[in-house]
Amino acid sequence: MSDRYQQLVNTPIGRVISKQIGLPAPVRLERYEPGQPVVSGPVLLGAVPGARLAGAAAKVLAAVGADVQTPLQEEARRAAADAGLPAGIFNPEVASADQTFKALVFDASGISDSAALREAWAFFHATIRRVRSCGRVIVLGSAPQACEDPREAVAQRALEGLVRSIGKEVRKGATAQLLCVAPGAEEQVESTLRFFLSPKSAYVSGQVVRIGAAAASYEALDWERALAGKVALVTGASRGIGEAIAEVLARDGAHVVGVDVPAQAEELEAVTSRIGGSSLTVDVTDDTAPATIAAHLLDGHGGVDVVVHNAGVTRDKTLARMSEELWKAVIEINLIAPQRIDQELFGHKVVRDNGRVVCVSSISGIAGNAGQTNYSTSKAGVIGVVDAFAPALAKRGATLNAVAPGFIETRMTAEMPIATREAGRRMNSLAQGGLPVDVAEAIAWFANPASAGVSGNVVRVCGQSLIGA
Amino acid sequence: MNSNRRVAVLGGVRIPFARQNGPYARATNQDMLTATLDALVDRFELDGQVLGEVVAGAVLKHSRDFNLTRECVLGSRLAAETPGYDVQQACGTGLEAAILVANKIALGQIDCGIAGGVDTTSDAPIAISEDLRAVLLELSRTRSNAGRLRTLARLRPQHIVPEIPRNAEPRTGLSMGEHAAIMAQDWGIGRSDQDELAVESHRGLAAAYDTGFLDDLVMPYLGLERDQNLRPDTTAEKLAKLKPVFGGPEGTMTAGNSTPLSDGASAVLLAGDQWAAEHGLEPQAYLIDAETGAVDYVHKREGLLMAPAYAVPRLLARAGMELGDFDFYEIHEAFASQVLCTLRAWEDPVFCRERLGLAEPLGSIDRAKMNTHGGSIAAGHPFAATGGRIVAGLAKMLAQKGSGRGLISICAAGGLGVTAIMEAA
Repeated sequence: MSDRYQQLVNTPIGRVISKQIGLPAPVRLERYEPGQPVVSGPVLLGAVPGARLAGAAAKVLAAVGADVQTPLQEEARRAAADAGLPAGIFNPEVASADQTFKALVFDASGISDSAALREAWAFFHATIRRVRSCGRVIVLGSAPQACEDPREAVAQRALEGLVRSIGKEVRKGATAQLLCVAPGAEEQVESTLRFFLSPKSAYVSGQVVRIGAAAASYEALDWERALAGKVALVTGASRGIGEAIAEVLARDGAHVVGVDVPAQAEELEAVTSRIGGSSLTVDVTDDTAPATIAAHLLDGHGGVDVVVHNAGVTRDKTLARMSEELWKAVIEINLIAPQRIDQELFGHKVVRDNGRVVCVSSISGIAGNAGQTNYSTSKAGVIGVVDAFAPALAKRGATLNAVAPGFIETRMTAEMPIATREAGRRMNSLAQGGLPVDVAEAIAWFANPASAGVSGNVVRVCGQSLIGA
Repeated sequence: MNSNRRVAVLGGVRIPFARQNGPYARATNQDMLTATLDALVDRFELDGQVLGEVVAGAVLKHSRDFNLTRECVLGSRLAAETPGYDVQQACGTGLEAAILVANKIALGQIDCGIAGGVDTTSDAPIAISEDLRAVLLELSRTRSNAGRLRTLARLRPQHIVPEIPRNAEPRTGLSMGEHAAIMAQDWGIGRSDQDELAVESHRGLAAAYDTGFLDDLVMPYLGLERDQNLRPDTTAEKLAKLKPVFGGPEGTMTAGNSTPLSDGASAVLLAGDQWAAEHGLEPQAYLIDAETGAVDYVHKREGLLMAPAYAVPRLLARAGMELGDFDFYEIHEAFASQVLCTLRAWEDPVFCRERLGLAEPLGSIDRAKMNTHGGSIAAGHPFAATGGRIVAGLAKMLAQKGSGRGLISICAAGGLGVTAIMEAA
């Protein structure tokens, strides 16, 4: 799992050589440690005239104790004042070159036609070079579909291109995202802003997230233990990404019920006992598996709050050589099992109010991959699950989202041929592979009780991979 | 001050302000203030009269001038029975002197008085070094000749290096310009805005001379008829060429958008309505309220010259007025950046909420009503003389208009601010 290249280019001599010959220079990404502040440096909060999200963003920045500055801009200054932020003024015309920021938060929701996109240029033109290592760029906007004026919809859609390009221009491990917030959902941004400001989103970049009205209400949170009192089901929890998911959800306070096949019983038990959870060995493709899981959750825990469909397999062959067994195995585990389990859990009201379902898709499901027709089909199907079922689950007060991991350093990737592995690792904006914990942190964000307005999203955890972009 | 007597400003005069080491290089504070008092005596026919009190001061003062104002009264054509005393509140001295005179009038303790101020940066006091001073004081305490010789033997050549007054804050070691540069940085004040304000200042003062507005306000002195610093034909382009003098090479503050060191004096005659009527003098305006404030620029990171930004909102609240309720705003231009920081602070929701405790920003000032006859950048700023220049000028503006109100805001060293409201008579 070790990335020798990254270690090499981060030595003094390696840094010189990689710079001279123009090799990618991946920085060691900052990752979250409990007790850390959400953002460890000054934050610049910008806004455009008519922006409606700066106030909500300022409140979050105040809540996380950020050191905030704003440009001389009416909406931004007002937002800071209303949030009780003693925000300083940043004027690029007179600011010294060593004035840098850990995060740029820019409320572009007031951009109502394409000419006004200039405001976004002006803000980032003056600030993009002031983003610190492992910094964050977050643009707040409106979902184009929700814009009544077509010209506004066009301009808001255009922001995606800006943000994705910023993701590729900011270096040193910095990331960029676009958060599209529906009118009336301004107060739902907190969990998402916290996630993307913090090192928890280390390997997520170039993503567009839609935030809508809350599916259910929630009470004030202890953000360090956001899942306290919650029960989380994690399939495929015995190793790899599933193990990391179980660990992170447990860290955030959840009681984790880990599920894996009987052959993995020992490893599963090791994981769940380490994190104070419990384990259930069952093959999710068995006809009786959904009922078994539902009964276990109801009898042992009185229900479930968070369901993470992580169990998945690959059975790679080119399509011409792929047997029906290989096809079926992958489709059944990756795509059919999650649907059957959901049907059972919701049908029998095992999922409690403000429930969360998170599926694990893959970059292969977005881009396709030679030799993985079965796998790509199943993972694209998972995106279909999110699209098809999210509205129905919203009516039951639950959210449904998916993560789509890119190149994640696991035992599976360690066994890849070196050329394939290096290509996968480097061909993204962060020039390195992600870690299982990066996927787990994104899932914990979806699972957060305050993420009630975050549903129907597929968020890639891929370092803004060139593949499937 | 409702139960008190109204305090009228009857008028004021000043001598033209000169640049440091200019025409007034050899004039002392006493020379300039005495000449200015006599100009006031001429204008209001006060020859030989006993006034309630003369209050004035200087910021840079010789130790021999311990009773400067009283000495000037004795040297003037006022009756020698007129009392006088000195005040010193950095650049707020002149306005604070007017407030002190006004307060005694309002309370009925005096019926009339003169407030003034003078400063010279050319004839500045130079002190002997602390070491030499210690030796000389020791010498004066020593009785025996042998002891005197021993004390004198402690003298060293470096003891003769004198101490020249520095324009620096004792508690930070930074000059006022350096403090203003920090403020400009904090408030994001750009160079072109500062230069533009400086141009407006020169344009306003030049027009005030050309239209004759200053004819009875400025009395020629030592051959100088207009303020020496005035550059009627300066432009933003010319000012843009100047190198920064504060805030480092990337700084925005230049000699063009800061006040120069200068020499000069001013004096204003204040009185109760009855005294004015008895002497056949028409009040030009009334000084109706004042507020002095201070900020902690040492420990709380507030800007050195931001005190008026705090004092004015308190003054307005007490008077039941809004920032927009004035026809004239006289904001002392210590530096263009100081004025712009103050205006920006009053417009800023964060400052007004966090520092002033106001739900809404205090508001904006119509720049066409601000320093309409020029300000300190054009006229120069002999520290203690600026208050008198402003009070006299504003009183005349209000008299000419025949109605309305004016707001005065003066920042001062030590994190001080002195502000006042005047109303047309």
